[in-house]
Amino acid sequence: MSTTLFSGYGLGLRKEHYRDFLESDVDVDFVEVISENFMVDGGQPRHILRQIRERHPVALHGVSMSIGSADGLRNDYLQGLKRLANEIEPLFVSDHLSWSRIAGFNSHDLLPLPYTEEALDVVCANIAQAQEVLGRPMLFENPSSYLAFGGTMTEWEFLAAMTRRTGCGLLLDINNIHVSAVNHGYDALAYLDGIPADCVRQVHLAGHSQGRDLLIDTHDSPVSDAVWQLYAKALTLLGPVATMIERDDHIPPLQELLQELSTARGIGASARAANNASTAGILRITEAA
Amino acid sequence: MMLAELQRDFQSWLTSASTDAAARLGAEAGLAVYQNNYRAQLVGCLEQTYPQLRRRIGEDEFLRVSIAHIDSHPPHAWTLDRYGDDFGTTLAALFPHNPDLHELAWVEHALAAAFVAADADPLPLDAWAAIDWDKATLRLTPSFAIRAAVTNAEEVWSALWQEHAVPDSAMLADAGGLIAWRRGHVSRLRQVDALERDALLALQAHGSFAALCQMLVERLGADDGVAKAGALLADWLSNDIIIDAV
Repeated sequence: MSTTLFSGYGLGLRKEHYRDFLESDVDVDFVEVISENFMVDGGQPRHILRQIRERHPVALHGVSMSIGSADGLRNDYLQGLKRLANEIEPLFVSDHLSWSRIAGFNSHDLLPLPYTEEALDVVCANIAQAQEVLGRPMLFENPSSYLAFGGTMTEWEFLAAMTRRTGCGLLLDINNIHVSAVNHGYDALAYLDGIPADCVRQVHLAGHSQGRDLLIDTHDSPVSDAVWQLYAKALTLLGPVATMIERDDHIPPLQELLQELSTARGIGASARAANNASTAGILRITEAA
Repeated sequence: MMLAELQRDFQSWLTSASTDAAARLGAEAGLAVYQNNYRAQLVGCLEQTYPQLRRRIGEDEFLRVSIAHIDSHPPHAWTLDRYGDDFGTTLAALFPHNPDLHELAWVEHALAAAFVAADADPLPLDAWAAIDWDKATLRLTPSFAIRAAVTNAEEVWSALWQEHAVPDSAMLADAGGLIAWRRGHVSRLRQVDALERDALLALQAHGSFAALCQMLVERLGADDGVAKAGALLADWLSNDIIIDAV
């Protein structure tokens, strides 16, 4: 994983806020856009993205690569993403550890994978192809899921093996960890301890909803207290990361999201201070010895 | 179960709620969430692509057509934006005697497609003076789309778009055409008469300005035909409908 280390705070750019970003100096270190919204031939979307790129670093976050498809990746998709990435020179190019497509059918949803050796082989082969075509390492996001298949490893073991074999990085969605941990009854802290922390380059923070039987990853509400607490814990384990608030539905005024981002900055500052104090303590002990 | 089998079972569950596939996949509550997400996302996509059609036929009727479309047209493209491409086929099957709705749906789809079509790079107006018109092949803007029209769909769409009083649908006294294209960043729509429709279709087919003049001369006579060709050309150039000549 050779992606340049970047530490900062950003927002998912949504069309409701285009004007804010184009007409004012929004206090973010980067923005993230949904890649597919800009993988178009031309017109206003690409024009706006070029203007935004002149003002902010941009991360490209995809939803349609379908890295877990048993029958491989679509070359037209990869080529379209490559053209966009070459033009935008993004901070990161990311997608999800999931699958959407099989045999010409595309669900347009992030469907779960079984965590088996066979699935790991498929995912790693697909990641190798994607990174080869794009000419850059990618990040993959841990999914939220409502269904778990009997596999041979945990999700975090799968992610760790995937990063080792492909050199890809991780986009850690803290809300997704919480949602899946509640839905499947595992320990979110064990998840954090199990992932390769040095591979995490970006963090997503988002809201969820309570469904009839399960937590649903709706991205339509503020970050919950449980997710903030998990984020604070994660920062004690991770190195420099880009943190982002992700809202996909019920988009509020920009100021509301910036307030959430301010909360993230505060937690990040506390974690850095704690880490520095901890490091200083270790140094003092070393010197005394 | 092998990964490919699992994914085919998941497809069967999403597209046809196969109970056999569900039994092999397990966890009924989780499967229901995915089934709901799949269908809700596709309905939402159609609602976004065809907002004025939805207003025109009403929410319940639009949902009925959407469900029929989802059941008969599983998505194939990697981009959700393409999912509405075949919606007109389903609409025509359920409303076979409503050309007004077919044309309204075409308008919405064509304008949306034009919005993200390839950018045009129109030839500067002064460069047109050097064109050899006898040999020129004219190039339409990449966003250009055209269809025949027999109803007042353009008037209906405009009223819906501007939130004015919406007229009843009506057949045109003389059938014509609808064209959609993008100028700058703005998608545009225009109703054209039969002569301009045929002229644009001819241009779309072969691009020859000389052949276009010949067609108009045959329809209108020598003087009027040449004058009409000049008038149409001036309008198409000034509106960036024609962008280049080779």
